[in-house]
Amino acid sequence: MSPSDAKEAPRYTKKDFESDQDVRWCPGCGDYAILSAVQKTMPDLGVPKEDIVFISGIGCSSRFPYYMNTYGFHTIHGRAPAIATGLRVARPDLKIFVVTGDGDGLSIGGNHMLHVLRRNVNLVILLFNNRIYGLTKGQYSPTSELGKVTKSTPIGSADRPVNPLAFALGCGATFVARTVDRNIPHMDEMLKRAATHKGTAFVEILQNCNVYNDLAWTSSTTASRRCSTSSGSSTASRSSSGRPTIGAR
Amino acid sequence: MGQIATPATGVEKSRKALDRAVIRFAGDSGDGMQLTGEQFTTESAWAGNDLATLPNFPAEIRAPAGTLFGVSSFQLQFGSQRVYTPGDRLDCLVAMNPAALKVHLRDLKTGGLLIVNTQAFDKRNLDKAGYAANPLDEPTLAERYRLHKVDMTGLTHEAIKDLPLNTKEKDRTKNFFALGLVSWIYTRPLEPTLVWIEKRFAKNKDIAEANTRVLKAGHAFGETAEIFGEHYAVEPAEMAPGLYRAMTGNRALAWGILAAAQRSKIPVVYGAYPITPASDVLHELAMHKRFRVRTIQAEDEIAAVTAAIGASFGGAIGVTASSGPGIALKGEGIGLAVTAELPLVVLNIQRAGPSTGMPTKTEQADLMQALYGRNSEAPVVVLAPATPGDCFYIAYEAVRLAARYMLPVIVLSDGFLANGSEPWLIPNADTLPPIEIAFRTEREGFFPYLRDPATLARPWVRPGTPGLEHRIGGIEKQDVTGNISYDPENHDHMVRTRAEKVRRVAQEIPPTSINGPATGDLLVVGWGGTYGAITAAVERAQADGKSVASIHLRHLNPLPPDLGHILREYRKVLVPEINSGQLVRVLRAEYLVDAVGFNRVRGLPLASEEILEAINQLLGGTA
Repeated sequence: MSPSDAKEAPRYTKKDFESDQDVRWCPGCGDYAILSAVQKTMPDLGVPKEDIVFISGIGCSSRFPYYMNTYGFHTIHGRAPAIATGLRVARPDLKIFVVTGDGDGLSIGGNHMLHVLRRNVNLVILLFNNRIYGLTKGQYSPTSELGKVTKSTPIGSADRPVNPLAFALGCGATFVARTVDRNIPHMDEMLKRAATHKGTAFVEILQNCNVYNDLAWTSSTTASRRCSTSSGSSTASRSSSGRPTIGAR
Repeated sequence: MGQIATPATGVEKSRKALDRAVIRFAGDSGDGMQLTGEQFTTESAWAGNDLATLPNFPAEIRAPAGTLFGVSSFQLQFGSQRVYTPGDRLDCLVAMNPAALKVHLRDLKTGGLLIVNTQAFDKRNLDKAGYAANPLDEPTLAERYRLHKVDMTGLTHEAIKDLPLNTKEKDRTKNFFALGLVSWIYTRPLEPTLVWIEKRFAKNKDIAEANTRVLKAGHAFGETAEIFGEHYAVEPAEMAPGLYRAMTGNRALAWGILAAAQRSKIPVVYGAYPITPASDVLHELAMHKRFRVRTIQAEDEIAAVTAAIGASFGGAIGVTASSGPGIALKGEGIGLAVTAELPLVVLNIQRAGPSTGMPTKTEQADLMQALYGRNSEAPVVVLAPATPGDCFYIAYEAVRLAARYMLPVIVLSDGFLANGSEPWLIPNADTLPPIEIAFRTEREGFFPYLRDPATLARPWVRPGTPGLEHRIGGIEKQDVTGNISYDPENHDHMVRTRAEKVRRVAQEIPPTSINGPATGDLLVVGWGGTYGAITAAVERAQADGKSVASIHLRHLNPLPPDLGHILREYRKVLVPEINSGQLVRVLRAEYLVDAVGFNRVRGLPLASEEILEAINQLLGGTA
């Protein structure tokens, strides 16, 4: 029997985790699918709603906490892992999620990402990777392909992309996973497994930006992508059914 | 009068009573001058004197031996009267090598005591210091000063020749010879140093034995050598009864934070990145985990401040510290705490800048940075301690105000206060003002930005409180509800509300204490570590019959409510600062008074002599 003073999580439904705020992502954004999957996963964690905190930085993905009916803190660009570390030190009893993106987490906040993983701080990091800066209207990101043509790289990016999982492993991450916005069952499973990991769980979620980087993770060539990916960071591709699968090359 | 413990004396020499003395130990940065000075300070505190210290060292850890830039020094003034500063001119200079002599001789009073370690005055060291000939052979040196040439290195080796230590290890103990000798000259008790040696070198009996013997040899040398005709006694100062200890500004900041954690019963999370001269606060707090404090050595300055903010969001007191360059990096984070309306304490141990500047040298040039150094309208509370011991009370007050008003508080200490020390009366914790923190748990009528009518503070809710789940962030929000808002009128209202919240802190400021007449010819206004120098200068001017008063601001934002009235009670206003005129600019803008600045930006504390000169000049011009 569980001790009488232990907090018992009430039975929740997805609805309990939906906040009263209007969701303000672009129609068709991959973020909707991720938000829905996270809200759906929450009841399965067995954690009281009031003990859950979502922390984010800046970017499209970082609006996430406003839409979760939990405690949330939308902070400044790149610093969510550091804010979350401070919160974790103050409050070991909370369940903490960091929501970040490829720019927020790997560019301006790359240093914090390195150290949160190295320290193995007990929290979950959801890195939405759409290979573009969306909120600033379409500049290339640290995961954009070599040669990527964007507003800031009119003749193509000269920078090689970083592979988020290789980066995480290099930092000594104790849990890494990659999933895709369009494969909900797989994403549900990854979220659950990440949430039960003790230490830092790093989950990269491949995600489409239908406004500034449509078909971000398809291997088909589009006008904005002259070179195919060469770094090996792209392990998702579209199967014959039109659904993205992992590692099918 | 108090007892001064002295070792038994064999030969009785004439002992002269002094009110005060200013001593400086100077040598190579590897000569242990800081340690020597610290021990002499402890001995003087034991002797019951009031005192003030000024450590001064290069940023290099082991600067090349014998060079001018590698000189490290420690100065202190001790006395039987109130001591406000480490002193301007030296009564006694101990120079362990030619470079030290060259750098520091100009500060020694004519007729002052000059003690040199002769063996260090060899060709190599003379060359490095840029001396063409040995200055000790110059007859003018002995004419101007009471020069004592002592072969400290040789006498040190002689005292410990039978100990199984190598030459280098033996050499290293010579600072204890200097300490023993000067302790004899000024009748300081050796006991605290003997106890310290025993504790410090408990694991190395030979080193402990060597240091003890060399210390005693230095002391005995003073007593028996015929060269010292007299020595001095400085009677204990009249001080309020109680338990005292020597206190540096950085330790006092740490203890103030600890006291606040104990009194509020809220844990402190201290985020910091190593930086001179702030690191000692981290070191001190890291030792006191059992007093509700957790320290994070963050990956950078930004992580240090944001981790503190994350902790505050979690219901702890977030504290971070740095020096000017690091504070610049924290600017965006401080802005987040302003708009998220979370408590945050930021300690800035100011140093000479801009950029890296002179990391180990003091300055007061970050006032404007504290007041305005963030994007947009981001007002914060700014406090400044006046003395090393005052750092305790200012840190405590910073936590109290941050939690009560839900806002960031910046504390402006400086390198001089941080490393300088003074005797500090250990306060009774019950006499400190209470820090009452009530986290909101009531669901009924809860909104994240619902304000307390007196302080305008929003409720502080710990995550984990059922029914009060809410989101905050850096985006502008609607007052009361905390929902994202881009409404123009709401933004204007929020800008004014955040400013008003800071202004309301003025209701916490006690009446300004005026040192001198309530009305007169001149008011000297200071802030921060210049307190001692200003007070000493003003008291001398008063003794000369001048109509001068001084006030020292500990609250720089908001300013004391009675300040405008006080400024108008004097014909002239002088503002001495170690910057090119920052507070003076604020006072002129705020109160439309014709205040004038006295500004020197040398990386050194202001000397009371030069402030006195400025006072006389200003008064002379109107007489």
